[in-house]
Amino acid sequence: MTGLKKIDDCRWMVPQTGGMKVPGIIYSSERLIREMGADESPKQVANVAHLPGIVKYSLAMPDMHWGYGFPIGGVAAFDLQDGIISPGGVGYDINCGCRLVTTRLVYEDVRERMRDLVGALFRDIPSGVGSKGPLKLSPKEERKVLIEGAKWAVDNGYGTDEDLETTEDMGAIADADPEMVSARALERGREQLGTLGSGNHFLEIEVVEKIFDATAASAFGLEEGQITVLIHSGSRGLGYQVCDDYLARMVKHLGELNIPLPDRQLACAYLDSPRGKEYLAAMACAANYAWANRQMLMHWTRETFQHVLKKGPRELGMRLLYDVCHNIAKIETCVVDGKEATLCVHRKGATRAFPPGHSALPARYRKVGQPVLIPGDMGTGSYVLAGTEKAFAETFGSTCHGAGRLMSRTQATKASRGRAIAREMADKGIIIMASGKGTLQEEIPEAYKNLDQVVDVVHKAGISKKVAKLRALGCIKG
Amino acid sequence: MNRYRIFDHTADLGMEVFGKTVQELFANAAFAVFDTISDLSRVRAREERKIAIEGTGWEDLLVNYLREVLYLFNGEGLLLKEYSIMEIDPQHLKGTVSGERFDSSRHRINMEIKAVTYHQVTVRETSDRWVGRVIFDV
Repeated sequence: MTGLKKIDDCRWMVPQTGGMKVPGIIYSSERLIREMGADESPKQVANVAHLPGIVKYSLAMPDMHWGYGFPIGGVAAFDLQDGIISPGGVGYDINCGCRLVTTRLVYEDVRERMRDLVGALFRDIPSGVGSKGPLKLSPKEERKVLIEGAKWAVDNGYGTDEDLETTEDMGAIADADPEMVSARALERGREQLGTLGSGNHFLEIEVVEKIFDATAASAFGLEEGQITVLIHSGSRGLGYQVCDDYLARMVKHLGELNIPLPDRQLACAYLDSPRGKEYLAAMACAANYAWANRQMLMHWTRETFQHVLKKGPRELGMRLLYDVCHNIAKIETCVVDGKEATLCVHRKGATRAFPPGHSALPARYRKVGQPVLIPGDMGTGSYVLAGTEKAFAETFGSTCHGAGRLMSRTQATKASRGRAIAREMADKGIIIMASGKGTLQEEIPEAYKNLDQVVDVVHKAGISKKVAKLRALGCIKG
Repeated sequence: MNRYRIFDHTADLGMEVFGKTVQELFANAAFAVFDTISDLSRVRAREERKIAIEGTGWEDLLVNYLREVLYLFNGEGLLLKEYSIMEIDPQHLKGTVSGERFDSSRHRINMEIKAVTYHQVTVRETSDRWVGRVIFDV
């Protein structure tokens, strides 16, 4: 897109034109901007700036790519009185997110056992399209899941109270109301709790390769050579259906808003309206479901490690470092022009990055800032970052969420034709098992932006800082 | 005439669908969805469902129709292979679809389609046919 104006080495402005209420700002680098080519995401940043009640600017993170409605990697905050909430600004997979589990194991402890571990995880953790979990929830139990989130899982034997302390929002958003969730969404949710899903969702064993910030790493309990497990999943069919239901309702009533929208997928409702409140209450249910889901996946991961390695929980020391969501809208206290304001922050493919001292952080992280987990694409590994004051001042306490797609799935499938992807990964020392036929082809590393470059931008821009880099050893995918 | 073709969209899946009539366009759009999800030659038309959809225009109607047939798979596990449209105008559609329940011993899922989006959806009538474009979240 022409018309982008460079502000500094890390930021580009989408100037305010036409019906835009604020300008757009894209965090990126010369190279990432160049690689974007004909991608229409800057136009989507501008489209979001048309929405009523948007505060300050429409933001995008360096992993930005063309989505529908909001760009993936988009962040936008709205005033509670005259602002809106948009299901498309959250995404279909409500509270898609990830959690990182640390262990007392080092690489040497698992090197010879990787095949057994990956095979056992693949067997024990339901994954793939339409996979069903081991429990069929009663409607009454499902309501509890939707209200209590991760706590429901812990109360039912999947983990400990300590896990909740290191989960964003303690694993539950308040004001979740199951009455606002459709019968169809509830039906889809009952069978899928405790499943990984398909596509870009995965569970990966990783080793800490490099520490950048010793103080923060020590607070997070990370050391070089340590084995960790990263789980990336979301709210499954329940979340997709909630988004689908509310998007359709908002599209149907678009006329009442009297807002000329550049894209129907931006359909929204005022936060201060029954429809807006109903969506928020339903979205909270889906977010809570996702936290319960990841809590269960982590519990089974712990069990599998115990069985395969024949070690007790204490010896393994599998502790939840943190759990973050990266598709969500939340009512948060932000800083705008140096003053506090309560806003509705949409993060669609972006991660919360709260600064040191923030009251939402568990005591042990309060000095160093919120852990931010950035999963890479299949087999590249991940980063652990920490939130900063600058993120709070500039980006409503937000940063990037991953590598970001560069190739479409069809392009990736073409590029990988005739290649044995699992073999290629094995040659690099990464064991991968996937249930979907085309998943590995679609998810080849070249299909994604370079994670190092994405993370370098947010680090250089100061909206989060590098703490550690993790390298992939084994991965299960849906 | 091809019934549909896939076009590129970075994170998602775009489909351009064709039909001699608007009925055919809608039926071919449903075919495009299920042809992408699975191998329809292995699916039998054993169970029929009635469908009644409303919309605020052709685009909205098409999205709502596809949302409905996709739900029948994602929510109820039905792989659909036959799609009839009995009545259609820009605000209403009545029809039937038929297929059978997904059975992992006989069927294979090639791709998951999560949702139908409204992003850049178009339906237009040209001199000799109807053309629709829809982007799916996959």
